[in-house]
Amino acid sequence: MKAVRTFMQRYNFASPAIMLAIFAGLLLSACSEQQTAPTFHAQDNPTRLSDWGMLETSTDELVISEGVTPYDLATPLFSDYALKLRTVWTPAGAPVLYNSDSVFEFPVGTVITKTFYYPTTGDEWTGDVSISRERSINNNAMALDHLRLIETRVLVHRETGWEALPYIWNDEQTDAVLKRTGDVIPMTLHRDDGRTEQFGYLVPNVNQCAGCHATDATARTIEPIGPKARHLNKPSSFAPAFNQLDHWLAKGLLTGEIAQPAPRNAEWTDESEPVEVRARAYLDANCSHCHNPVGPADTSGLNLEPDATGPALGICKTPIAAGIGTGDRIFDIVPGDPDASITIFRMETDNPGAMMPELGRAVTHEEGVALVSEWIARMDGDCSQKG
Amino acid sequence: MRLVLATAAFLALAACGQKETAPPPGDDSYQETLMTQLIDAKPGDVIEIPEGRFAFDRSLSLTVDGVTIRGAGMDKSVLTFANQIAGAEGLLVTASDFTIEDVAIEDTKGDALKISEGENIVIRRVRTEWTTGPKTENGAYGIYPVQVENLLMEDSVAIGASDAGLYIGQSKNVVIRNNRAEYNVAGIEIENTFDADVYGNVATNNTGGILVFNMPNLSQPGARTRVFNNEIYENNTKNFGHKGTPVASIPAGSGVVVNSNDQVEIFSNNIRDNKTANVIVASVFSSDIGDGDMAADFDPYPEKIFVYDNAFEGGGDNPDGLELQALKLAIAGPMGRIPDVLWDGYVDPDGSGPQDVLCVQNGEARVLNVDGPNDNKSPRIAETRDHDCTFEKLPEVELNEPLASL
Repeated sequence: MKAVRTFMQRYNFASPAIMLAIFAGLLLSACSEQQTAPTFHAQDNPTRLSDWGMLETSTDELVISEGVTPYDLATPLFSDYALKLRTVWTPAGAPVLYNSDSVFEFPVGTVITKTFYYPTTGDEWTGDVSISRERSINNNAMALDHLRLIETRVLVHRETGWEALPYIWNDEQTDAVLKRTGDVIPMTLHRDDGRTEQFGYLVPNVNQCAGCHATDATARTIEPIGPKARHLNKPSSFAPAFNQLDHWLAKGLLTGEIAQPAPRNAEWTDESEPVEVRARAYLDANCSHCHNPVGPADTSGLNLEPDATGPALGICKTPIAAGIGTGDRIFDIVPGDPDASITIFRMETDNPGAMMPELGRAVTHEEGVALVSEWIARMDGDCSQKG
Repeated sequence: MRLVLATAAFLALAACGQKETAPPPGDDSYQETLMTQLIDAKPGDVIEIPEGRFAFDRSLSLTVDGVTIRGAGMDKSVLTFANQIAGAEGLLVTASDFTIEDVAIEDTKGDALKISEGENIVIRRVRTEWTTGPKTENGAYGIYPVQVENLLMEDSVAIGASDAGLYIGQSKNVVIRNNRAEYNVAGIEIENTFDADVYGNVATNNTGGILVFNMPNLSQPGARTRVFNNEIYENNTKNFGHKGTPVASIPAGSGVVVNSNDQVEIFSNNIRDNKTANVIVASVFSSDIGDGDMAADFDPYPEKIFVYDNAFEGGGDNPDGLELQALKLAIAGPMGRIPDVLWDGYVDPDGSGPQDVLCVQNGEARVLNVDGPNDNKSPRIAETRDHDCTFEKLPEVELNEPLASL
């Protein structure tokens, strides 16, 4: 009840009746008969995604199982324009513990899934995909006509720690099959203005999953990246009128004291927010799992977490081991001059030896580049007096 | 000197490969096998790579401690990444107690072999190569251990890296011996590393042979490197590094280069025919890398650099870039040569002098002070007494268990 109290106190709703109705609805849905039971596999890795019971596909529809919570992030990681459906499930009576600054503490038994999918351009699957806003999910179901499911990554919290498992969807889109060595799937991206480009969509192998999810390069333990307060603190896409954190609290999925205001990242597309705030949120979501003071990219001295400043943030910072990734530029960020900034080059290029992030992207996120470029362009100062 | 060193970066644009033949293809059916072995590895495992030429289209990685990767020989077991479409390196290892030997990694898009944050690392008879010659498009580093502790790298070969062939960064307790580095921008580079012994190596045909650098804005500086008993000759390949990288400011024809590092001993090497200078000692102020913001605790001044008992021959006769050419003409005439040791002349304004920076006990070898702090207004061959001094010699680097007996 603590979570409920916190929620009530926070919002001080005028009408307790509305609140009651909302909670009654939640209770009803929680008690309804389960068709697919979410299952924590404590040791073995099931060959089929369906064995986890988090998602199921019926005729032309992907359904989120009862008790499994879909969520999204204010500013997500860019992955070749793939759309993503994220879910979290914890064993009954084992909620997630709120953490203000780092990833929430998830109980053993937690299963997080992330399904990557695309809008297709035709009726048959030809590898041709287009760019679109995320398709809305109605009543925990998603119609699959003109959508192609590519892969679902499962993050499971076992006694021994987190493990990451990539599942690739079959041609019929009836189930996905474990492929620990990952894969490369040829696709053709159709941009909004009619341009097309062929690319190899990378399904990471198990070790490559660790490359991003071992956010502390010394400890090297795998952790979720997205479910932090600042990424989740947004209006819920799945429970209208709720803040997502409150939705988790109300469901009993989340517990703990939430200091107000909770940390919050901007939505990178929200043009009512200042450019700097959106750009920093973008860099945080796309870069800081490696570029933090203890992350795999700490060898570079570049820190793209929200509180970084000065040369650590890249301003007038010379590269350490960028190699081909400098793009023949001198500084990570040259205030006022995005075209002279290595950061922009590394976001623009699709050369695997030069691009950032190093994995999980084969095409350029032009809108992301535009945002970060605008931030740099508006930045005061220059690097000419340094040294 | 700043201008002088920076010139090399522009020359890089003109650099082109010497060989243009495409690397031969390899068997791509092995990719899945090796990837699975790397994923399933348990501590104590030995992953054997058979003789053959194997093709990969994406990077490999290993995250388990205590694994050995062993091929049939660095010319027999070849992993080729010429058709790589994903991944920033050929093989990325984030694990301790790791040994790799008798294997080659060729034509990666980024770095060839990167080993990050491990202890007790052995790299032996590993070849990394970009097979189409030195080109700016080549990947950055050949063998690239970074933030490792207790490292032995021996009998290995690195060819064609557009940054450093053998690069050891932000590490501690390191032995680099009996390797060969050629046609890289930097042959062997020790950067922000404590306690490194670099001996018995051959560095030739690089832009710079052996580099000992400290870069700003990193979590650890470096000090105490001994460079001895190496063959460092004819490192005259045009700089083909990427502008903006620290090595892009290395003039072609550099034998040994020390930049902002402290307690570096250079002794008993054969250093010859490096056309700019056989030894260069410089501060970060003489390179592009100093143009940015530096952390307040960064020490830009090289100190306690000790050059003694080397065999110098030739070199300094055709330095890279117009400014150094003009300088050579001014101090040595058209047929002369720059002295064996070139120093940028920066000393810490907080009290130190030339004798705190550089001691030379090397027969006839002289020091050219290019007067960097005064915009090169008064370059001069230093008075012998300015550098007639000694520093306490560094102890041998001893590898710790379990590498102590190697």
